[in-house]
Amino acid sequence: MSQSQEFDVTLIGDTPAAQELQDRIVSAIEEFGYSSRDVFVMRLAIEEAVVNAIKHGNKRNPAKKVFVRCQVDNEKAWVQIEDEGDGFDLADVPDPTLEENLDKASGRGIKLMESFLTSLEYNDKGNCVTLVKNKE
Amino acid sequence: MGSGKRRLDIETIGDVTVAKFVDKKILDETNIQIIGNQLFGLVEDDGRKKIILDFSNVEYLSSAALGKLITMDKKVKTAGGKLRLCSIRPDIYEVFAITKLNQVFDIKDDQDQALAGI
Repeated sequence: MSQSQEFDVTLIGDTPAAQELQDRIVSAIEEFGYSSRDVFVMRLAIEEAVVNAIKHGNKRNPAKKVFVRCQVDNEKAWVQIEDEGDGFDLADVPDPTLEENLDKASGRGIKLMESFLTSLEYNDKGNCVTLVKNKE
Repeated sequence: MGSGKRRLDIETIGDVTVAKFVDKKILDETNIQIIGNQLFGLVEDDGRKKIILDFSNVEYLSSAALGKLITMDKKVKTAGGKLRLCSIRPDIYEVFAITKLNQVFDIKDDQDQALAGI
């Protein structure tokens, strides 16, 4: 087995492609012997990040793309997801765990990614997120 | 995936409806939309009041699915009914705990506990 797996994928706003992306990353981390917990975390985080990129970033514009870069090795899984939207400020995202937000039907994706991943970072513009999960 | 495909196994025990999710992954939006519609139909079309959602089969759950569960809870409460969730595996329970939705939903360990006193 090689020391790392790297690949780039471009999504043009459709969910089946996002599923294939998840399967490909999961397949890579399984090859490196990551735990079922790591697989759970990566599937969830990729789903949340890609949905955010398509829905909030690209505003479901079918002409816009999502660029995904992945690198998996024996220590960590690294995934960068960039959309063609205007970006956002993380500070503007309401905390979904506050009492007044608990019954809202959306707004929990970032909270879940932050909690489950080793690190979650946005670029200054807010249109590119980097997900890192260390191998457990 | 056809919208006609049933995503819930429905069992009626007395006056209680037990709806078990068929899917292992409740992640993608299309699937979640279909599941949401089938859940809402239990209340809005069938008039069911006491509903238990069984998560035994569920291995993955995204935030979009949580949104449907919140809407379902509101619909059941508006109809004067009760909604309970049960048989949630630890990884999935963590999703509820992180988002503090374990405080919003009535969650029981298994179906027997969920049936007791609903």
